[in-house]
Order: sequence, then structure tokens, then C-alpha cells
Amino acid sequence: MKESTAKYYELLHEIQQVDFALVELNLYLNTHPMDQQAIMQFNELVQRSQMLKKNFESMYGTMRNFGESFSPTPWSWSNTPWPWQV
Amino acid sequence: MWYYEKKLQYPVRVSKCDVQMAKFLTEQYGGADGELAAALRYLNQRYTVPDKIIGVLNDIGTEELAHLEMIATMVYKLTKDATPDDLKKAGLGAHYANHDKALYFENAGGVPFTATYFTAKGDPIADLYEDIAAEEKARSTYQWLINMTDDTDLIDSLTFLREREIIHSQRFLECVEILKEERDRKKIF
Repeated sequence: MKESTAKYYELLHEIQQVDFALVELNLYLNTHPMDQQAIMQFNELVQRSQMLKKNFESMYGTMRNFGESFSPTPWSWSNTPWPWQV
Repeated sequence: MWYYEKKLQYPVRVSKCDVQMAKFLTEQYGGADGELAAALRYLNQRYTVPDKIIGVLNDIGTEELAHLEMIATMVYKLTKDATPDDLKKAGLGAHYANHDKALYFENAGGVPFTATYFTAKGDPIADLYEDIAAEEKARSTYQWLINMTDDTDLIDSLTFLREREIIHSQRFLECVEILKEERDRKKIF
């Protein structure tokens, strides 16, 4: 595996890990809305996820559509790879 | 509305071209207890359930769409390098004749997807019990699929999906308890 490819996977996996914890906490909080510690953990991970994505996008192009991310010039959203291609 | 993010919820890797396994995995793409049925079932039920459990149905329905994308990625990767002859040998000759290598919402036996795979009873307890059963059935299917492959990369992704069914089932069970509590509270007054 090329070094650049390895870096891509490493950064992507980090995002997948944090975002998975966010999905899990979100579902948990839907039925346990008073768990303050879980809410704190959720908010910390929101911040971490946003930071990781900003960094990832600065290297590999827009990751989120419809205005959830800023665009560089030229437009990079519709570039490959799509998730099923990596 | 929904936003798209260019990532899978969990990585999907396969270590070899395996057309037969792709055919079996289709069960979770367009089968009765598959991810499409799950997503549509929950996202449809959410409009008419009590307010307290709308969030659960909305979010689990949304996560199912991410699982659907993972299954599609498995099928796509397992068949990407297959020849028409490979497809024919694995029992996908009829699929190839109609769809080439395009994905199609059908079950492992080639039966097209139908809305009759799920229901909306309008009774939240009845709907939630169907949802719990659906999760447990999907969990079983993932186990049967895992039993049929020795591809450790594929097993890793399938194991993730199997575990998610357990969590979803747990959250739906909690919804049942929340509704029962509300019902009992109303009786006191």
C-alpha cells in the first residue's frame, strides 16, 4: 500500500470510529435523555468529529454535501472515490 | 431531509471475488428482513407513533440506510471482477441476463423486493414488536451469512452489522417500556 493511501485510510478510520460512537450515543440518549455524562461525551465527540472532518477535507476534498462543508476551487464534491470504491 | 457523507459507517473490505457469497448477501439488500425493508419500515412508522419514540424510529431508520450502503458495497466488491461465466456458475446467470452486474432489490433466491415484507399497524406496541422481531431475524440472517464464508475481511463487516441488530432491538425494547410507563401514568389520574 502506498504511503498516501495508508494515510487516507488512517484518517478515514479515525472519523469512522468517532462517528460510530456518536451514532451509538445518539441512539442511547433517545431513550436515556437524562444521562448527563453521556451528553457530555456526545458533545466532546461532536467537536472531535468536526475537527477530524475539516482536516480530512483539506487533504482529500469535500466530504459532506448540500452546504455542510465549504468548497475549494475547483468543486471537489463529485470527485471519486465514492465510499464503495475505497 | 438528509445529508450525505462520503464514508461508510464501518469499513467494507473483501479479500477475494466471490459471486456466490454476493448472491447470498442479496438477502440483506432486498430480502424480507433486509436493510431496505428495515429502513422503509421505521421511516414510514415514524409519522404516526407517539412523540416520545419518533426520534428512535427516525434515527434507526437512518442508520439502516447506512447499512444498506454497506451491503451494496459488499455485493459490488464481490462481483466487480467476475466474468459472465463466473456469474452463471454461481447461479446468477438469470440476474446477468436481466441486469448485467447492476444491483437489484431482490432476495437471495432472486425474488424481487415487495412492500408486503413489512407493515404499519398504527398501534405503536404492535409496530414496535414487529420492529424487535425484524431486528432479531436480521441478526440471525447475519449469523447464517457469516457461517457461509471464510473471508475474514467480510466476516468483520458482517459481524459489525450483526451487532447493530442487537443494539437496535434493545432500543426498541426500551421504547416499549417508555410507552407502557406512559400508559400506566395516565391510569393513575
